[in-house]
Formats: sequence, C-alpha cells, structure tokens
Amino acid sequence: MSAMLHVLNVGPQVTVQDMGRKGLLAQGVTRGGAADQRALVEAGALLRQDCGLAVLEMVGMGGSFRADIDTVIALTGGEMVADMDGTALRWNATHAFPAGATLTLGAVKTGVYGYLAIAGGFDVPCQMGARATHLNAGIGMALKAGDSLPLAGAVHQEPGLCLASDRRFSGGDIHIVSSAQTDAFASSTLDRFQETLFARDPRGNRQGVRLASDGEGFFAEGGLSIVSEVITEGDIQITGDGAPYVLMCECQTTGGYPRIGTVLPCDLPRVAQAPVGATLRFQFLSMEDARAREQTARLELDRLASQVAPVVRDPGAIQDLLGYQLIDGVISATDDPFAHTGEHDGISRS
Amino acid sequence: MTTYPMIRTVGLAGVLVTFAPAMSDAANRAALAFRAALAGEDWPEVQETSLSLVSVYLTADLVVCDLASLKERLITLLETNDWYNMPLPEGRTLWHVPTVYGTDLAPQLEDAAAAAGLDPDEAIRQISTARVRVLTIGFAPGQPYLGTLDEAWNIPRQQTLTPSVPAGALVSAVQQLVLFSAATPTGWRHIGQTAFRTFRPWTASPFPLSVGDEMTFPKVSRAELEEILAKNDTGQGGAEQEVLP
Repeated sequence: MSAMLHVLNVGPQVTVQDMGRKGLLAQGVTRGGAADQRALVEAGALLRQDCGLAVLEMVGMGGSFRADIDTVIALTGGEMVADMDGTALRWNATHAFPAGATLTLGAVKTGVYGYLAIAGGFDVPCQMGARATHLNAGIGMALKAGDSLPLAGAVHQEPGLCLASDRRFSGGDIHIVSSAQTDAFASSTLDRFQETLFARDPRGNRQGVRLASDGEGFFAEGGLSIVSEVITEGDIQITGDGAPYVLMCECQTTGGYPRIGTVLPCDLPRVAQAPVGATLRFQFLSMEDARAREQTARLELDRLASQVAPVVRDPGAIQDLLGYQLIDGVISATDDPFAHTGEHDGISRS
Repeated sequence: MTTYPMIRTVGLAGVLVTFAPAMSDAANRAALAFRAALAGEDWPEVQETSLSLVSVYLTADLVVCDLASLKERLITLLETNDWYNMPLPEGRTLWHVPTVYGTDLAPQLEDAAAAAGLDPDEAIRQISTARVRVLTIGFAPGQPYLGTLDEAWNIPRQQTLTPSVPAGALVSAVQQLVLFSAATPTGWRHIGQTAFRTFRPWTASPFPLSVGDEMTFPKVSRAELEEILAKNDTGQGGAEQEVLP
C-alpha cells in the first residue's frame, strides 16, 4: 500500500498543481499549473528535487493534513499561519513531517497563494501530461476533507533548510512588453496606462486578475470589433468597461477583447501574489530590454538551489540571509540588516 | 496601410501569423493550410502551433530564440504558396450529431429565429441541414467554432449574458455555431441541445474533433435524445462519423 497524505480539513480552493500542460493550446487547453511558478522552483530547491513535482496550491486558506509515513515538507509562496502539532513553523523552509503528526496551515498572511510541497511529490495520476488540476477545463477537482493523496516517496529527507524570503507579495512595478494588439491603442492611452496606479480588485482568480483605477477606462480604437484571437498568459485584456484584466495561468485560449500588452513571465508571480488592494504599476520595455530582463530572472532562479541554507538562527528576522556571510560567521553589529533588502530579490526590481 | 499576411509577436511567448483583419472563409482556410505547412517544417524553436479563426499561432521562447531568423523563415514560407486558395486537407471527418431544437432544452431557438428573420420551423430546417466546418478549436477544451452559416444568421451576440448554458449546447451568433464543452455563461443564443462531448478527459482520446472537420446537426425528438443520454458513457452522443475523401 502506498503512503498517503490525509486531508483532515481544507480551505475551499486547495488543488494539486505542477508546472502545467504544454502542447494543448490547439485543443483549447491553456498551461494551468501553479499560479506562482517561482514558489515551485523554491520548493524544488528546498527539497532538492525536481521543481516539476506536484504540490498543493492553497488560495487564501490551507488546511490540516496528516501523513502515514515519516517525510519532509517545504512551505513556499504566500506565507500562511503554520504549525505542526501546535509548534509554529517558519515559511520558506523544510520541516520534518513525522507519521501521525498534524500539519495545520491557516489563513494567508502575505500574498494570495501558499504552497505545500512534499518530498517526492504527490503521486496523483497524470492526465494529459501533467498532474495539475485545471478547474476551468474540468480536469481534476479542489480537495475536500476526507481526501487522501498518494505520496511518491522521498529521495532526500533534509529538514531545517531555508531560503531568504522574496518580496513579491505586495504588488509593485510590473514590466510589460507590447503584444499583437498594442497598436490598437492610442499612444496617449498607453502613456496614461503606464502612469496609472492600479489596485488589485477583489475580482481575481487563476483565470485573471482585475485591476481597478480611478479615472476613465483604457479603450482601444475600434475596440469591440477585434476578431477573436489567441491569448497568452500575462496578456492584459481590456474588457467592455475599460478595466484591465491580467490573464493568468488558467485563462481561455482565445478571446475577443483587445490586449494592451503582456506581463513578462518573471513578473507574473508578483501579479498573482498581489493581495486585494495592493498597488501595481506597469512599465513597457522594448523587446530587447524585456528579453534581457527575463534572461537575468531565469539565471537568478537557476541559482536558488545554491542559496538554500540551514536554519542557524531565526532567519525570519533577516531579509537577506546571504548578506550575512554565514560561512565566515562574521556579522557586523553595526550593519543595518535591512539595508540589503531588495538586492538579492530574485524576482528583481531595480 | 496594413497588409496581410501579418506577422506579430505575442508577448515573449510566440508569433502570430494573421491572414485577414476579420473572419472570412478564405483566411480560415489559409490559416489551416499554413499551419499544416509549418508543422511539416519542424523548426527546432517552434514548440507548438495552434489556429484561431484567421491566424496561426506558433509558440517559441522569444527570450532565447533568434526572432529575426524566425520571421525571415516565416516570410519565405508564406511566399511559397497562395494560401488563400489551398484545398482543404484530405482525411477529415464528417460528424452527424443528433440535436433537439427548441423546447426547454434549448429555449432560445425562437428568439434566434426572430433575430435571423425566419419562422422557427424554417430556422430549424436551415440549421439541421447545414453542413459546417470546424473553423477553430478554443476558448474551452475541444470546443469548436463552426461556420459559415448563411448571411441571415449574422445575428449579434446578446447584450446580456445567459448565466449558464449546459455542455453539449448548440449556440449561434455571427454566422457561426459553437458546441459547448462545458456549462458556461454566454452571449450566444442557445438553439439546440446535444449529448455530444467535445472534451472527454476520461478517455484515451480526449479531443474528438479536429480543425477542418465538418459537422451536421440532424433534428431528433426529445425522446430520442433521452434514449441516447441513457447510454452515453463514451460522450459520443449518438453521433455518426465518416471520413471525407
């Protein structure tokens, strides 16, 4: 009998996710998968395993879980209230998860999407090339209390590792590139779009995030007569009332609303994790600058595995663990620990 | 002055080749033929290709690939044929899907007929004998956009959405039909109901339809549809299929 994770209680939107499905656009199925892919890379780095293994994605609220084997978990993405049999757990870290212990993940404290990864991953059946639940496409279902998920079994078992926390959980500057329909907007509209401070609207999910702003909408010239055309993740669609929607991993494959631009993949986790009311501002980059920025972000993601470090003190109080030269053990008493904030921010702001 | 075919980038995710500014049969056929040619080229940076009504979309990692070279090869390939006058591919499938028109199963038949300037019986006669082609698959998994109907059926989408029409619904607007994959809100009018599943994730072949396939929707009674529904594990919905030469 295979090892299982038992779901004792669970929030309304907890699903199995991985990096999603490729190759099915022609059949009307978008990638789906984790809304915050960076959180999966972090989980893979922490558990020293493939970041494509299946995890649980928890929107706003987690659940309580029990395993019937000794294993190890990693907690990444938006930080949630977390404890193991009553002992608080730090986020962005690995923890021993003994058989029979109760893991409780509560409300999200930063961001929107929290992730529970487990050594070896969840071994639910692969459907059309992935284990990801795609509710919009009717693939898989949200978890409910009483469910049990098969565990693949661990290769590495290393609790007590952590990563410096990232700062993608409160909105900020989002870089975009022009797309197929950007030309349908007047340049004055594009300027105004970049000058506007948007607030993440309560209307947002894995399909798209609505952005609210004061002032008039962002209409294309001849906007509603555009022929239905392909959508890519990150497209910013202007709906009938002039409000932008950033289309996310579980969007439709085509749409008839004009798209003003497309969010760079490296900035999409920041959009996904922006809590309701967080401020977002958009900036167009040239194709060349966009490529360079995305390349840099990819290199930083590749380096995450080398930044995993043992928990030696309460690194939750330290924004940038690497800034402390743990190897030398020399920490200046006069340095402001928060002075480094942002420098090693992998999702990168300048 | 904009000229077609037009090549544009889509974010950092791919390139769109568009054959016309609005839906036309020639542009749709051009896209169908060009996508087949593109697939045959097997260029290493092209990850997948898909078709919208009048465009071919190819996904490629624009962060690392040589976009100038890709565009150049697309232009060269576009110049090899008159894509607007290519024959339809061989070996397509013709589907006959039993359909109940009107009744409470498809309550907007009369509304749609009125919008098309037809009495309901004539509307049913026209739709149930029309042979339409799968112009594109998208929006939802396996969901076909079908056309092109006669000009009378150039009826607008409704201003207000119907909150939900079920999977298997046959809906119409803008000289097209759509056969819904899943229950969805829509501005298209619900004129017929089938038991045909366009997305069958529980089977080895989840997507029965291909772009270029043709479909008819012969009229059946409600009793006949219920009989079909009673044994519809495959999702075929009583449909018959034949291979077109």
